[in-house]
Amino acid sequence: MSKRQGGRSARLSKVSSIEPLVEKGAPNYTKPANAESVCVIACGALAHEILDVVKLNALDHISLTCLPAKLHNEPQAITPAVERAIADARAAGFKHIYCGYADCGTGGLLDTLLERENVDRLPGAHCYAFFSGVDDFAKREDADMRAFFLTDFLARHFDGLTWGPLGLEEHPELLEMYFGAYEKVVYLAQIEDETLLDRAKEIAERLRLDFEYRATGYGDLADSLSKLKA
Amino acid sequence: MSDEEEIILSELNDDDLVAQMMDDLYDGLKEEIVESVEILLGRDWTPYDILTKALVEGMRIVGIDFRDGILFVPEVLLAANAMKTGMVILRPLLAETGAPKLGSMVVGTVKGDIHDIGKNLVGMMMEGAGFDVHDLGINTDADEFLAALEEHEPDILGMSALLTTTMPYMKVVIDQLKEKELRDKYIVLVGGAPLNEEFGEAIGADAYCRDAAVAVEKASEMITRRHNQRT
Repeated sequence: MSKRQGGRSARLSKVSSIEPLVEKGAPNYTKPANAESVCVIACGALAHEILDVVKLNALDHISLTCLPAKLHNEPQAITPAVERAIADARAAGFKHIYCGYADCGTGGLLDTLLERENVDRLPGAHCYAFFSGVDDFAKREDADMRAFFLTDFLARHFDGLTWGPLGLEEHPELLEMYFGAYEKVVYLAQIEDETLLDRAKEIAERLRLDFEYRATGYGDLADSLSKLKA
Repeated sequence: MSDEEEIILSELNDDDLVAQMMDDLYDGLKEEIVESVEILLGRDWTPYDILTKALVEGMRIVGIDFRDGILFVPEVLLAANAMKTGMVILRPLLAETGAPKLGSMVVGTVKGDIHDIGKNLVGMMMEGAGFDVHDLGINTDADEFLAALEEHEPDILGMSALLTTTMPYMKVVIDQLKEKELRDKYIVLVGGAPLNEEFGEAIGADAYCRDAAVAVEKASEMITRRHNQRT
């Protein structure tokens, strides 16, 4: 049974301890700016995948900087965060900038910003789309309407990014409200990894949903990054 | 109120009890809300006063703190669930006592979208504020919206979407209303995480509502304005 927490006044007294979504501090770039380099400002959920694509394709001109993956849960914070990151990258000397986000729930606001800044971004509505291939994803839209998607990153960080923030650890009774309309978990795997596969299956079980595995690789992410030229 | 001492709800005077109900709603305590509603009914409070002065006002504060980043989705849902338990007791009594009605609304999540948390909160808050709510559920296409509008003749059409890919469908519905020359008959409110003011304006909605509390505010304002224009 839930206990009294002291209502609003108690909550307000704790507000100062709520951590900001975007930490202040100097941004990190994987490589310093030079005339040839392209700064990719990406969602933290794509960091490993982008670094893999860069390494596999010897895209040495790409310098990566990431914003916190937890912005996933507050999409309205993505556009202002990207705007700051673009300004920071320009101040750091980067002439060429690319946005490692899809629309990601910004409802077109990110595109408005990027158009103004003359910066391109990853294709599609979200990472599920470009990992699947934007065209393939669109074709399956109806069949996947009741799918909850996982990527390697989301399978790895499900508890920290989803289960915890949704309050399901303390309040499992909310599961039906969140996931009642879903039918299946679709795991879009970027790499073959038995541990992650087991983890994704366990998540589906916990959510009481069917499970489907799709090995996507890096999909349109690899093509998009490979086309970047200084 | 302190969370250290045990609170005997029945021993609180009306003002303290209502303040405690708002705290309990804030903390998502269903059983305590039920107990408090029953105490106030026993003190001859009208169901309408209990609803508006304690529950709706409490949820309004929850809505403000959600907007300001003080509360998060799970806490809002727990508060909503607590309010729902109070509503279960009050709903039949409100019908019996003929509580004032502000208007009516048809609401649904648009085609291709199964997300209904925000839409359900809006429905609950609108009902609490005195609107009859006809909830069409999820994945609602234009024909279903239009049929419901014809059947229920509401003042307001509310549409919700969580996905960037499904939000454009709201325009499909609005365009169909225009084609049938029905657009001006309804106040059209839209909401959902990826939406914004510009989008609402671009598709021809009357207002974008960033959360359930704003939906109630906009709906009440627009209904009053429309009523004043007609009298």
